[in-house]
Amino acid sequence: MIDDMRPVIEARGLVKHFGTVTAVAGIDFDVCRGELFGFLGPNGAGKTTTINLLIGLARPDRGSIHVAGIDCTGRLKAAQHLMGVVPDESNLYPELTGLENLCFCAALYGMPKPDREARARELLERFGLAEAAGRKFAGYSKGMKRKLTIAAGIIHRPAILFLDEPTTGIDVASARQIRQLIADLNRAGTTIFLTTHYIEEAERLCERIAFIVGGRIVRTDTVERLMEPVQERQVVEFALDGQVASVEPALRESFPELNLQVASGCLLRVISDRPVRIGPLVRFFEERGLEVGEVRKVRPTLEEVFVEITGIEAADVSCEKEKAGGVS
Amino acid sequence: MKQWIAFWSILAKDMRFYYLKPPNISWGLVFPLAWTAMFFIKSGEGLESIRALLPGVVALSVLFGTTSMLAVTVTFEKKGRSFERLLLAPIPLEVLVLAKTSGALLFGIANGFVPVLMAAFLTDLAGIHWPTVVVAIVLIAAGSTFLGLFIAVSVSEVFEAQTFSNFFRFPMVFLCGLFFPVEDLPVWLQPLSYALPLTYGADVLHAGFQQQGRMPLGLDFLMLGLFCLGLFLLSQRNIRKKWTV
Ligand SMILES: Nc1ncnc2c1ncn2[C@@H]1O[C@H](COP(=O)(O)OP(=O)(O)OP(=O)(O)O)[C@@H](O)[C@H]1O
Ligand SMILES: [Mg+2]
Repeated sequence: MIDDMRPVIEARGLVKHFGTVTAVAGIDFDVCRGELFGFLGPNGAGKTTTINLLIGLARPDRGSIHVAGIDCTGRLKAAQHLMGVVPDESNLYPELTGLENLCFCAALYGMPKPDREARARELLERFGLAEAAGRKFAGYSKGMKRKLTIAAGIIHRPAILFLDEPTTGIDVASARQIRQLIADLNRAGTTIFLTTHYIEEAERLCERIAFIVGGRIVRTDTVERLMEPVQERQVVEFALDGQVASVEPALRESFPELNLQVASGCLLRVISDRPVRIGPLVRFFEERGLEVGEVRKVRPTLEEVFVEITGIEAADVSCEKEKAGGVS
Repeated sequence: MKQWIAFWSILAKDMRFYYLKPPNISWGLVFPLAWTAMFFIKSGEGLESIRALLPGVVALSVLFGTTSMLAVTVTFEKKGRSFERLLLAPIPLEVLVLAKTSGALLFGIANGFVPVLMAAFLTDLAGIHWPTVVVAIVLIAAGSTFLGLFIAVSVSEVFEAQTFSNFFRFPMVFLCGLFFPVEDLPVWLQPLSYALPLTYGADVLHAGFQQQGRMPLGLDFLMLGLFCLGLFLLSQRNIRKKWTV
């Protein structure tokens, strides 16, 4: 069904305007067969717009899209039979039960009646929703809604699955379960296109990541290659009992060789290519009346890479992390 | 085959969750009853005058039944985003549109027969040309369904759909020749009458119920058919433009 040689998704020069807003400003990327490809960017970067272009809910103003070798550029419906879509907001029918919703979605893809019900029950079981199968979707909790929406997206066993921020706004346990499900699906052969603004989620799940900012892709690479420049890097965090900002100029002057980042008001991150000597720094703070509560070495993460490449402070991207339960 | 599974599921879901809901069923019964009673009382004549009222009441029931339902089944789902599910289904847009409109069409046809059934209990309906009446009801239902679709596609809020429907419905009711003949209208309004699908529908109904058609039946059917096709294609074009941004 799918040509092995070509990438499953080929996007070339995609541009999409909404009035005066340029949502997507000329992006190119390929997604290979069986890959888990991540689209990482802050709010308003153009992630959802890109998905809508790929799945046939929006038409590009310029550029071309091939899915499984099928030219979908002017033909929005041409490859929809290969796709499963999990939108950022649940769009199932509130007045239908969980089971009815799944059966209805299966029918939209032409599944015969006996298969629909069996498959729906199988997925309800797998997502831990069997108990709620007969309850109306409107009465589901947020996490249950998200799980059922994912189940609806894969009911017809699509070759390519699009997930738009699948773990945003749900608790830690549910988010972990969903990430596990995504990884399992991918292992079973589904090509996955995932958008997220959780850097750690992208790092954990994806093989390749595109950083998108302001409608442009600033870098696309495998997680390993993205991490290469920071692999050897030393990162040490200092937790202080006061604001770093008050001593920041003096600090930079005293330690010009160090790359200093103020992660939050009381948290200083020191980045260096050589081992960081902690003693002089602790003394510096104490002389200025700042108590050092904790010093810890951190493993370099994709976050640093992201900050370096995009120039965006990571906190701006995954600021909802704590609130939403974040990555675990 | 796969497309028909999708078609039937969409239609069956709409039937179950919109058209066969008690409020809609009672609306389908109360509405024609109210119109019949109103005209009957106003005419001040005996029960035999009911038959003369039938074309008007039937046409109104069909027109209002279809157009008000599409505002819900399309506009409401579009607003709640569940419509995206349908747009993502691998079925041609035409099949999707037909599936969404078939429910309204059947609902309209059923509504059209309510006054006829009620009249059957009150007066003698002998001499009515039933095939003509049935075809007329089906064609009026189709025409007003596609008009309703056109309206539903053009707006984004349910209340807008209702307001916009009335903009078409009320002038149409008074200009289509149901309650006074088109010839009695001011000369400058008459061309407008002939540009309305209901004018031809009303003419067929007059012919079917009272053998009083003014135009050849063939012309009526042709015009109704053309209106259906035209509105369908127009909606289709609007859908392509508006539903995929
Ligand atoms: N239908 C629309 N009409 C007008 N502007 C739009 C529309 N859809 C998106 N935009 C604009 O395009 C830009 C990109 O939006 P998009 O939803 O793709 O971002 P995103 O990366 O998905 O953000 P988020 O993380 O908040 O979901 C934004 O500036 C947004 O306001
Ligand atoms: Mg988004």
